[in-house]
Amino acid sequence: MKKIRVIPVILLRNGQIVQSKFFREYKNLGNPFKAVERFSNWDADELIYLEISKTQSYGRTDLNTIEYKSSTELLQQIAESASMPITFGGGIRTVLDIEMRISNGADKVSINSLLFDSPKLVLEASVEFGSQAIVASVDVSLIRDEYFVFHQGVNSQIKIKDWISRISSLGVGEILLNVIDRDGSKEGFAIDLYKKAALSSNIPIIALGGAGSWNHFATVLKETMVDAVAAANIFQFQDQSVYLARRFLYENGFPVRPPSITD
Amino acid sequence: MQDTRICVLDYGSGNVRSVNNAFKSLGINSVISNHSEDINNATHLVLPGVGGFSASMEKINSSLPLDLVRVQISKGKPFLGICVGMQVLGAVGYEHGKTLGLGYFKGNIIRFPDSALPIPHVGWNDVSYKPQSTLFHGLAQNPDFYFVHSFFLNTDIEHPDVAAFSEYILKFPSAIEKENIFGVQFHPEKSQKNGKVLLKNFSRVK
Repeated sequence: MKKIRVIPVILLRNGQIVQSKFFREYKNLGNPFKAVERFSNWDADELIYLEISKTQSYGRTDLNTIEYKSSTELLQQIAESASMPITFGGGIRTVLDIEMRISNGADKVSINSLLFDSPKLVLEASVEFGSQAIVASVDVSLIRDEYFVFHQGVNSQIKIKDWISRISSLGVGEILLNVIDRDGSKEGFAIDLYKKAALSSNIPIIALGGAGSWNHFATVLKETMVDAVAAANIFQFQDQSVYLARRFLYENGFPVRPPSITD
Repeated sequence: MQDTRICVLDYGSGNVRSVNNAFKSLGINSVISNHSEDINNATHLVLPGVGGFSASMEKINSSLPLDLVRVQISKGKPFLGICVGMQVLGAVGYEHGKTLGLGYFKGNIIRFPDSALPIPHVGWNDVSYKPQSTLFHGLAQNPDFYFVHSFFLNTDIEHPDVAAFSEYILKFPSAIEKENIFGVQFHPEKSQKNGKVLLKNFSRVK
């Protein structure tokens, strides 16, 4: 039986891992590689690594913490220390950007703006690299009882249901569905959204946004048909977090891999 | 293990690096190459793969000395295909048109039929292997491996070449073994401990 994936998300901003709230407030958490090693040791099912810098920057020069010289080098280092599949996202504008990430160790790439700006390129990329390598990252916000897709902080006026059917036709292999209003809120997942999204989609949906306790994972898995659950902040602050999350779900009868740790 | 030399066949597939890293982390000699000399000198050949069947076959045909690879296989050199690298060992692929495979195993490569379950099949799934299998030697019953694919080798799971099957939408072959030729639909290089055991087992095939 296929298992539900529990996926830690790492947000990289200006060369540092950050905690994010509502896509606006960011708090630095530190070194871009250490977290990968930790998640790797806790046998995470997968890892999503998103660069959310506005401009290209590879370290905080004021703190003298330049850790790497380019996205390529960052990726190679991450891939070498990670024993789990990695999705790498952020700053992807061309098919070449995708190729660079995949050839340097990313198993999948996550795209967001490209879906709006160059749908034709998305289609091309899904043929070239296979649908399974292309993850659509979708940010939504609840406006008067309806979830709308946001693009670079602005409401695109597109309803989530319409967007799912449109991007599915571009050959993307998964949808990382992130709720802006829940980001960093610890209020739990947007159950209603995921219930409908998973029913209307014939590609896997990954839920992201709002996890404040292991029980929130249990609720979204019980109530909806999502294929995976993801979270950022909650996995950053506790030793063995990923292991503990999976142990909680495993002991409560959810179809996850048995929890394990690699020393 | 000093004498083992893996050659990860380089045809521009995405996961060559991860496969090579995985062998190296086990202390096994491994190079990424498409040069005849490296292929000749290797004790084991690995064909990784991600992406579409037709795009992969096209790159395999244009970037690998296929005649040499076939000779090496026929001489008995252990060969492992991973994911699309396993699929291309089949007869005909039906992803983005109809494409001839390398024809080492019976069966065509077709898409999962539509059902209530999403496609691609992505994530960890258990693998039921036959007790006499070489690749799974020493693993617990039904170990989990990481899968990500929409197509599969359509062969009866009872066929003697099928070393293991998994279930998603339907039961499909997740590993094949025929003499010195091996193939796995999942990604051992991304499957943590279980993956390492499998790659080690392969590297010990003489």
